Amino acid sequence: MQIFDPSIFPILAADGLTNGAVYALLSLALVLVFAVTRIIFIPMGEFVVFGTLTLASFQLGKVPGTLGLLLILLALAAVMEAVSQLQRRQARRAALTVAGAVVLGTALWGLASWIVPLKPPLPVQVLLTLALVGPLGPLLYRTVYQPLLNATVLVLLIASVALHLVLTGLALVFFGPEGSRTPPFAQGNLVLGQVTLSWQSLLVILVSALLMLGLFFFFERTMPGKALRATAVNRLGARLVGISPASAGTLTFTLAALIGALGGMLIGPSVAMTYDSGFLIGLKGFVGAIIGGLVSYPLAAAGALLVGLIESFASFSLSGWKEVIVFTLILPVLLWRSLMTRHTPEDEE
Amino acid sequence: MKKALLLSVLTLSSLAAAEIRVGVIVSSTGPAASLGIPEKNTVALLPQTIAGQKIVYTVLDDGSDTTAAVTNARKLIQDSKVDLIIGTTTTPASLAMIDVVAEARVPMISLAAAESIIKPVDAKRSWVFKTPQTDALMAAAIVDHMVQNKIRTVGYIGFNDAYGEGWANELKKNAAARGIKVIAEERYGRSDTSVTGQVLKLAAARPDAILIGAAGVPAVLPQKALKDRGYAGRIYQTHGVANADFLRVGGKDVEGAILPAGPVLVADQLPATNPTRRVGLAYMNQYEARYGKDSVSTFGAHMWDAGLLMQKAIPAALKKAKPGTAAFREALRDALEGTRNVIGTHGIFNLTASDHLGLDARSRVMVQVVDGTWKLLPSR
Repeated sequence: MQIFDPSIFPILAADGLTNGAVYALLSLALVLVFAVTRIIFIPMGEFVVFGTLTLASFQLGKVPGTLGLLLILLALAAVMEAVSQLQRRQARRAALTVAGAVVLGTALWGLASWIVPLKPPLPVQVLLTLALVGPLGPLLYRTVYQPLLNATVLVLLIASVALHLVLTGLALVFFGPEGSRTPPFAQGNLVLGQVTLSWQSLLVILVSALLMLGLFFFFERTMPGKALRATAVNRLGARLVGISPASAGTLTFTLAALIGALGGMLIGPSVAMTYDSGFLIGLKGFVGAIIGGLVSYPLAAAGALLVGLIESFASFSLSGWKEVIVFTLILPVLLWRSLMTRHTPEDEE
Repeated sequence: MKKALLLSVLTLSSLAAAEIRVGVIVSSTGPAASLGIPEKNTVALLPQTIAGQKIVYTVLDDGSDTTAAVTNARKLIQDSKVDLIIGTTTTPASLAMIDVVAEARVPMISLAAAESIIKPVDAKRSWVFKTPQTDALMAAAIVDHMVQNKIRTVGYIGFNDAYGEGWANELKKNAAARGIKVIAEERYGRSDTSVTGQVLKLAAARPDAILIGAAGVPAVLPQKALKDRGYAGRIYQTHGVANADFLRVGGKDVEGAILPAGPVLVADQLPATNPTRRVGLAYMNQYEARYGKDSVSTFGAHMWDAGLLMQKAIPAALKKAKPGTAAFREALRDALEGTRNVIGTHGIFNLTASDHLGLDARSRVMVQVVDGTWKLLPSR
C-alpha cells in the first residue's frame, strides 16, 4: 500500500487531523444545539462561511453585509421581545429592551464603520469578526426558533432548512458569487525529519483542542454550563428548578455561532470559501455528530476526526469516490446505533 | 436585482404595444452565479431598439437549476410570447431547454460551453445556437501549447462533476492524438478544504505539466497545494478561471498559470490588426463604466456576443415577417443560421446549417498569469 509510505502517511494524517479538528468543533456545536434545544442545526456551516468572508471583507477594508444583517435581526428581535413584554404588561422592560437594542446597534455600527477603513491588525479584525458573527446566533434563535419553542423536532428541522437557504442567499448578496481567502495566522513550515507540517495546520489543531478543553471546563465547572447540561438532560426538570429554556437556547446559539465563526477563520487561509461552501463543511461535522448519536461530545469529536482522516486518505487513493466514501461511513454507524439503542418513547408529542 | 425587477415591470406594462420580445434566462444565483451575474449585468447594455423596433427584455433567474430553467423557458414562451430566448448559463440546463424551444419553435442562443448543445444539428437543435467556445476548442489549444513546449506527460486534477469530467475527456482525447500521455488523474470537490492527498499522488507521478480542470476561485486550491509541495512543472488552468476574483483570491499562488481564454480577456494587449480588439475594448469600456473598474469578465462577453448575433439577425427577419408571429421566429432562426463575419468579443462568427457556433481558432488566445494580471502569450 502506497498510503503507508513513511513520506506520505504522516502528511496525510496531519492533513486529515487539521480538517478533522475543524469538523470536530462543528460537530460539538451541533450536538450542543441539539441536546439543549432539539434543533438539528443545518445552518451551522453558514456561520463558518460568514466567519471567513466577514474577515475577508475586513482585509479589503470593506464593511461586510454581515453588519446590515446583524442590525436588521437586532431590530426584529428587539421588537419581538418588546411586544411579548408588553403583552405581559411590562411596559418599562419593553422600553428598556428597545433602548438597549438601539444603543447596541448604534455602537456596533459606529465601531465597524470607524475601524474597518483603517485596516486594523489581524487580531483586531478577528475580534471584530467574532463580534459581528457571534450575535447572529442568539438573534436568529430569538427571531426564528424561540417562537417555535414547543414545536416538534420535524418543524424545527424544516425551519432549519429554510434558514439555511435564506442565509446562503444572503451570503451571495453580501459577499458576491466568488469566494475569498483570509490571511494565515502563522507562516512557514515545521520540519520533523522527513515530514514538513505547516504552522497554520498545527495552529488549527491547537486552537481546536484548546476550545474543546474550554468547553469541557465550561460544562463541568461553571453555572451556565451546568444549566445547559441540565436542560439537555431533562427540559421539564430544568425548568422546574428555574432554568429558562429560552435563555438556555440563547446561550447555546451564541456558542454555536462563535464556534462556527472561529472554525471559518481557522480554515479560511487554506481554502477559497464561497458563499455556498458552508453546507458540505457543516454536513461533515454532522456526520461526526451522528456518530456521537447527537448526545455524546467525545464520540462526536472522535467521529469528526475520523471523517477528516478518512477524507484525507480517500482523497489520496480514490479521489473521485471521496465524498461517497465519507458519506457511506454514516450507514454502518446508523445501523450499529439502531441495533444498540433501545427506543424509549420520550415525553415527546 | 433591481434591474431585473425593473425590466420585468417594463415588460408587463408594455405587453400591448408591438415590439420584439427577448427572453433571457441566466443563473444569477446558485453555483454558476459567478458566470450568470456578469451575463445579467450585460443585458442592461444591450440595445433598446434594433432597426426601429423596440426590444423588450425579460430576465429570469434559474438558480443554476435545470428544472427552473425549463419552467422559465415555458413561462417566457407562453406568458411573455418571446421571439427569441438567450440563455442559459449552464450546460445541463441548456440541454434540457432544447426540447422546450424546439417544440414551441422559438430560436435560442445558449451561453453554456458544451458542444452537445449544438451538435449534431438535428431537427430539435436546428433551433439552438450558442456563443461560448466549446471545451473541445479550448482543450485543443492547451494541448497545442503543450506540444510546442515539448511536454510529454501530463497530470490532471479537476472537479468531481460534469465540468471536471468534460475536461478530463477532452484532455485525454486531444493528448492521445498528439502523443502526450496522461499519467495521473485526480478529482476534488468545489468546496473541499484540502487537496493534499490528490496533490501528493500527482507530484509522485512526476508529470511534465498538470492541468487543473476547475472554474472560479475553487481552482486556486490545487495550484496552491502543488506550489506548497514544491511542484516545479508547468500548471495549466481552464478558461473557467478567467475573472478578476481568481487573481484576487489566488494572489502569488497562481502566478505562472497558463490558460486558454477568449481574446476579450486581453483585448488591450491584442495587436491592432486583430479585428476582435476593437469590439472587445468597446464592450469592456461600456461594462466598466457602468459596474466599476476591473468588474468585467469573459462570461458577460458571451451575452454581448449573443446580442451582436441578434442585432444582425433581427433586421433580416423583419423583412420577412412581423414580430410575435411564428413566421418571424422562423425567419429569425434562418437569419441566425446565415450569420457571416460577425466580429464579436470572443472571435468571428460564421454560422452555417451544420455549425451553430461558427467560431474558429481565432476565438482563443493563450494567456499567462504574470504579476497578478493576464498576459497574452505570443501565438505561433
